[in-house]
Amino acid sequence: MATIVEPTIFELSSPGRLGVTMPASDVPETALPPRNLLRSELPLPELAEVDVVRHYMRLSKFNYSVDDGFYPLGSCTMKYNPKINEDTCRLPGFLYTHPLQPIETVQGNLVLMFDLQEWLKEISGFTGVTLQPAAGAHGEFTGVLMMAAYHKSRGDSKRTKMLIPDAAHGTNPASAGMLGMSVVTIPSDARGNVDLKALAAACDDTVVGMMLTNPNTLGMFDENIEEVIKMVKDCGGLMYGDGANLNALLGIVRPGDLGFDVMHFNLHKTFAVPHGGGGPGSGPVGVSDRLLDFLPSPLVGIVEGGDDDIPPLYGFVTPKQSIGRMKAFHGHFGGGLVRAYTYISMHGPDGLKAISQFAVLNANYLQARLRSTYKIPYDRICMHEFVAEGSFEGSDVRALDIAKRLMDYNFHPPTNYFPLIVHEALMIEPTETENKDTLDRFADALIKIAEEAKSQPELLHNAPHITPFGRMDEVKAARELVLCCWLPENYETMK
Amino acid sequence: MTYIPISPNERDAMLNTVGVKSLDDLFDAIPQKHRFPELDLPPALTEMEAAALLNDMATTNENVREHLISFLGAGAYNHYIPAVVDHMLRRGEFYSAYTPYQPEISQGTLQAIFEYQSLMTNLTGMDVSNASHYDGATATAEAVNLAFAQFRGKRKKIVMSPTVHPQYREVVRTYSQGMGLEEAGDDATADLEVGPEALMSLVDESTMLVVVQYPDFFGRIHDYTKLIEDAHTKGALVCVVANPTALLMLKTPADMGADIVVGEAQPFGIPLWYGGPYLGFFTTKKSYVHKMAGRLIGETVDNRGQRAYVLTLTSREQHIKRERATSNICSNQGLLALASAVYMSTLGKTGLQQVANLCYQKAHYAASELSKIDGFGLCFTEPFFHEFVLCCPKPASEVNDYLLDHGILGGYDLGNDYPALKNHILMAFTEMNSKQEIDTLIEVLKEME
Amino acid sequence: MNIPSNLKYTKSDEWFDPSTGAVGISDFAQSQLSDIVFVELLVEEGEEVSAGKAIASVESVKASAEIYSPVAGKVSAVNKGLSDKPETLNSDPFGEGWMIKIEGGSTGDMMDSSTYEKDCEGRAH
Repeated sequence: MATIVEPTIFELSSPGRLGVTMPASDVPETALPPRNLLRSELPLPELAEVDVVRHYMRLSKFNYSVDDGFYPLGSCTMKYNPKINEDTCRLPGFLYTHPLQPIETVQGNLVLMFDLQEWLKEISGFTGVTLQPAAGAHGEFTGVLMMAAYHKSRGDSKRTKMLIPDAAHGTNPASAGMLGMSVVTIPSDARGNVDLKALAAACDDTVVGMMLTNPNTLGMFDENIEEVIKMVKDCGGLMYGDGANLNALLGIVRPGDLGFDVMHFNLHKTFAVPHGGGGPGSGPVGVSDRLLDFLPSPLVGIVEGGDDDIPPLYGFVTPKQSIGRMKAFHGHFGGGLVRAYTYISMHGPDGLKAISQFAVLNANYLQARLRSTYKIPYDRICMHEFVAEGSFEGSDVRALDIAKRLMDYNFHPPTNYFPLIVHEALMIEPTETENKDTLDRFADALIKIAEEAKSQPELLHNAPHITPFGRMDEVKAARELVLCCWLPENYETMK
Repeated sequence: MTYIPISPNERDAMLNTVGVKSLDDLFDAIPQKHRFPELDLPPALTEMEAAALLNDMATTNENVREHLISFLGAGAYNHYIPAVVDHMLRRGEFYSAYTPYQPEISQGTLQAIFEYQSLMTNLTGMDVSNASHYDGATATAEAVNLAFAQFRGKRKKIVMSPTVHPQYREVVRTYSQGMGLEEAGDDATADLEVGPEALMSLVDESTMLVVVQYPDFFGRIHDYTKLIEDAHTKGALVCVVANPTALLMLKTPADMGADIVVGEAQPFGIPLWYGGPYLGFFTTKKSYVHKMAGRLIGETVDNRGQRAYVLTLTSREQHIKRERATSNICSNQGLLALASAVYMSTLGKTGLQQVANLCYQKAHYAASELSKIDGFGLCFTEPFFHEFVLCCPKPASEVNDYLLDHGILGGYDLGNDYPALKNHILMAFTEMNSKQEIDTLIEVLKEME
Repeated sequence: MNIPSNLKYTKSDEWFDPSTGAVGISDFAQSQLSDIVFVELLVEEGEEVSAGKAIASVESVKASAEIYSPVAGKVSAVNKGLSDKPETLNSDPFGEGWMIKIEGGSTGDMMDSSTYEKDCEGRAH
């Protein structure tokens, strides 16, 4: 039997215990529906409030978070989440408005959404923005749907091929796959740019477009970006920008100016919306003129112009050839849009530029400090992240071991084994919200670990040591597939 | 305001280590003519100013706690949220963590989501739950993806009841536009009085999925057992879109034989928040787990012999399976799944049953009083839970405007989606509606000209 | 690494037994995939398959793969029990781990065991 560190909420249940209770009914009683429409039992836990609080408090202490310390997960932009955002998104006027209220009663919400659309357009150089997509992958799917709709509207039915670089996030091919497109992988060249020869060979009149992350997942800004975009456009394709790495580009360059047609934002990366232990995200999408009419519906717009005395009336508008609705209601308003709005409003043009400048400085500083200890396969000035190799000549220590050992030094590990084109990849993104001392301690730890890899490799193979839990048996999890638990009294019958 | 903790001296030392003179020198790879655009944005605010600005915007709204009596539901419900819920969500350990890819230092998130999965399977009666989808509408679309993957494209027809939430049907249409599906039943002009069995005339050997809602969009409680049995004889799967509050009282979709049960768990501890973020739950039978999209947490042990939890069956997902994955989803509504788990735990079995009963009682009191008013009546005769369709003597939009003038947020104007229901309002009631509020509604409507 | 000499092999690591028509994945393939937790056979008995058609989908703890038919022909049998015991692909890839049998398949330009062994060695690093 495995040791139970913290019982489940079901195991903590005791029949008859009460938590928060509801007031008695103040209306005359109506009989319940016929018995055959009722459930026979409700097998849910019974606990007191204090039981619940202590359970979740204990669980919270098993987590490592940005509020605990450095979290340099490549391509995830784990920056500090300002506390004021937690307050603004919980203002009663935002919390307690229903998504189907008449627009006259929610002008505050609609102004916020309208402004945010405008700000994101300005930041990215696009002419239209939808706030509806719920996450980055959802934004990607939105973008790919628009690309398909664009070609279809022109009667161009033979375009079925999506070009995707080998360094791309897995969501890119998966998004194209959801529309039945075939994926053509484009290799990277020795400097980490798109291989132009391979791209030229793939460009023909069956290309839907290209999905490019720039800077890419190696942290490299493509030195031939204008050439790449021209080649895709010359064969009639559209250019998709994966905005996962936008934290490098605020006030530095606008993807719309470079010629991208569509890009999703990750408000939970670039604009400090907390990641929430895996979500919710928020993935607005910006488009150029070519895709403006295909945006999901509805968008926020001005439905009645105002004048000097009366403000305009904000409401919803539907683009002419809209791909339709991506989710119910209006996007991740409270958790995503209000926090991002608050964050952008506190930065202004110079503040946004500083974010990217320091995100890039921090990455380059770490890269410089680690260069003599770890191999950097694509070694030039990087953007907001870089990739090192987590292995050493003559040692069986792997990137995984290094990642796990970092936990013993109280750091969250970098992303490992991604991108796939780097052997034993460690992908490091420090973000702009870390000071020099933290970066130095992290670099020192990685240098020390490189020494340990030579002197005491078993220390790394068995790491982590000081965390509340050790390495997991992932095979057991996948083979036995225990995916839920039950109340103790139901355990035997359910299992 | 800045969150950059680097002094000018430190910056210069770091630039020196990197080997460049200035911050701008880091950006030589950017095409020069597009480098450093001047952004036309409002100047930066301090925290104090931003707080005031956001407060101004929020107070411009009329909300359902301070200004309006609300009987609006239609997919988003005004329920009481115990204080514990937000206190737990505000812990930085939960909200400022990433996806639990490093299980040794993420057991808090992993166990909480495992418990969320367990609460959902016990609620719906199904075998497995994933770690959640974006919302009820996209969870419904993911049910279509599951069925499509299960039949490997060999069956291409979905039959969707017109009494599934209109926005959910719209999202399914958007999601499936690249799949070449035949879609039947999704017709707002269909006869809305007929029972669910009428859908069977559309189900055939090419049907992969039948989608119904429970209670349906009009609040009606149907027992889908017969429909599901018949659909199964044709080899089709059946997805039930369920309201979780109703499931606290009603027969489970699993007892009716459903293959997939999805829905919107916003009623469980998530504020209205003008429509999001919400929480799409997705549960199914164990045999479909490999075709189910989304994250999944499983139990295991660590190398110290401790029970622990990990992300499992990840090879189904996009980062491994790429274009062959069922879906491109790579997040879940983590923090909101936690909210719903804390909500369910804090109310517990008894509190939750009280919530369901109050919703039911208030709605039935309101229904009986409303139908006594001249010109008003209940549109349908079937049993209902906490929502019902009110027939009005004039267009719903006019009734709602009149109610709003009296500080009442009426129900949902069904004429928006169903041409035959221009004079019909979908009214929702929860434990938040006192008898006094309902009586005010009755009084105001009685005086309507 | 086990590479039976009576079998023929493909570059994508399927094996084919010319005497029985059985098809499966090689020992090299199962070791690269590591712990296999799911297998789904995509063809049914009696179905005609072309060479290169996907016949199975396999998922391990770390990876996923499509398995392709090495030859053209008619499916004469499928190993129905395999989906309940996907770990058989790890423990006995050339025996109990067979996936389907194909009638009338011609081995064409498939590799023999010694060529396949060299091919695997080239990829192992």
